[in-house]
Amino acid sequence: MAKPTVAPVMRQGKFVPWLYLLPAIIVMSIFILYPMINTVNLSFQNASGTASAETTCREGQACWGAFENYRYALTNELNTSSAKAFWNSFWVSSYGNMVKWLVGMVSGTVIIGLLFAVWVDGIKSEALAKSIIFMPMAISFVGAGVIWKFVYNYGTSQVQTGILNAIISAFGGDPVAFLSKVPLNTFMLIIVGTWMWTGFCMTLLSAAIKSIPEEIIEASRIDGATDYKIFTKIQVPIIMPTIIVVITTMVINVLKLFDIVYVMTGGNYGTNVLATRMYTEMYANSQYGRGTAIAVILILFIVPFIIMNIRRFIKEEAMR
Amino acid sequence: MISLTRGKANKNFDLTRLLTTIGIIIILVLWLIPTIGLLVTSFRPLPLINTTGWWTALNVNNGPAAAQHPDPNASYVEKLSTRFTIDNYVDALTGYRGTKSYLTDCRSGTKPLGMNCNLSDLLNPRGMGRAFLNSIAVTLPSTILPIAIALFAAYAFSWMNFKGRYAVFAVLVGLQVVPIQMTLVPVLRMFAGMGLNGTFPAVWLFHTGFGLPYAIYLLRNTMSSLPKDLFESAYLDGANHWKVFTTIILPLTTPAIASLAIYQFLWVWNDLLVSLVFLGGSKPVMTYQISNMVTSLGAGWHLLTAAAFLSMLLPMIVFFALQRYFVRGMMAGAVKG
Repeated sequence: MAKPTVAPVMRQGKFVPWLYLLPAIIVMSIFILYPMINTVNLSFQNASGTASAETTCREGQACWGAFENYRYALTNELNTSSAKAFWNSFWVSSYGNMVKWLVGMVSGTVIIGLLFAVWVDGIKSEALAKSIIFMPMAISFVGAGVIWKFVYNYGTSQVQTGILNAIISAFGGDPVAFLSKVPLNTFMLIIVGTWMWTGFCMTLLSAAIKSIPEEIIEASRIDGATDYKIFTKIQVPIIMPTIIVVITTMVINVLKLFDIVYVMTGGNYGTNVLATRMYTEMYANSQYGRGTAIAVILILFIVPFIIMNIRRFIKEEAMR
Repeated sequence: MISLTRGKANKNFDLTRLLTTIGIIIILVLWLIPTIGLLVTSFRPLPLINTTGWWTALNVNNGPAAAQHPDPNASYVEKLSTRFTIDNYVDALTGYRGTKSYLTDCRSGTKPLGMNCNLSDLLNPRGMGRAFLNSIAVTLPSTILPIAIALFAAYAFSWMNFKGRYAVFAVLVGLQVVPIQMTLVPVLRMFAGMGLNGTFPAVWLFHTGFGLPYAIYLLRNTMSSLPKDLFESAYLDGANHWKVFTTIILPLTTPAIASLAIYQFLWVWNDLLVSLVFLGGSKPVMTYQISNMVTSLGAGWHLLTAAAFLSMLLPMIVFFALQRYFVRGMMAGAVKG
């Protein structure tokens, strides 16, 4: 396992390295590793973690035994009385919303980010334009929530002080209660997330585009390729690895998302996502078992990306 | 050759060029308008906020009669000056919840409920002034601690040879994407047993734990890319690890430390969930205070917009002043996945 980065002269005792690592390992064990194991454990117990989850089952109702909290976490929001009811309830459940968020926000941030990165590449005020798009990254989800709540504001009188409803009214339309109307509200929240994270995707993609050798682009231009052709046939394929990194990063971010929903709707009106549901179970309902079961489901969604990450790391190390 | 290409291409480029310019402008406008709306609104008096759109802020004659300038013949600039105010910021900072404004009440001699009309009001637990101090108290240690600990670990990972180095680091790479939600409940119970809930150290410790994997990862990548010759000659001169660490590594990793510090600082500053869970209302930070104002009644748009802008002030300054480091920190964090 001797890695090439360590020269023989730098060898040291067995003890010293662990001395350097010890503080980090202790802190991470207490705050990440131990709680993770404990969370899994709690998810199989009752609300206060004093007895098995099996004891919360009620006579005559569905019960998954020790997995009772998982039954609750997975099926409680769903209506299984008919296929149609199931379909409808799925799309306002935290799982249906997760799908909407994943599709909407990941594609929104990546597509707008990519287009913008290509469009501003080489223009005079490129730096300024990019920092405008990147700026929302610096502010909190809470701040962004307030900003957009005001944009979506639904006036009570004849006056619309929210700009979106004012525009709709100006064109003769009826004002819309954007944040309480299902299923529109989740999409309005996704716009907020997209607004915040596009700059992040754009910056990464822009760096990748700039690393494409100029000669390749010039050569294809001489061969008569249009901008569109260059974009689809050359730039996108070359930066594909970066696009994939951006997509996986965004998927992880979206799965963990909490603040936007919490601030703007509190998870009401069918806008719940896994993280807000977990919070409600923990705090409003003091249901630790159910809350942790939702957390475990959340991490199960993320595990594939953890594995991808480690794989990529191993590959990178091999190339060092 | 190049000029020839450009000249040839230009003819059918013009339309594309125009369309992309329009596209850029549309996106920029969409990105700017929400924030501008917030900024403008935060400087408008409450009666105007509720009756007119912020985009009509320069129209000095609309709105209710009470909001009009007493002298109808006053000049445009005079009229305009009465249609903007800093009251919202004063009210937000002091946590004023009365019906007029903090300054009006204090000037008329009636002290608002629970206030003294002096600087001590900035420490009112309901106000953003106090929340700002709490945010600072949360953020600084939560930034310094993980970086300090990570520096040692990163050094060991990059320049020391020990058994299990690779395996331990791979675990660490995986830990980076563990969602906070996964650990909240057990840590909360643990803190409850230690009586730490509602105290600053609870948040410091939690942020330190969660900041570490990424901090170690970023610093290790920076440190291990430093040229090996530097170290070899130092060791041959008889320097030990500690000496190398303090005299060679730390100065050379300063840019990475700066990026990391800015990233962690903004992350903690902007965080709501951790503060909500471990501090709650006992030591309200800015994000907590705002989210409370959104959900509770009694805080109108005038307070909300001013409070939101106050909370963005520091991140914005950091962002525009140290943009390079900030972007670098965010991007390195991205590749982590």
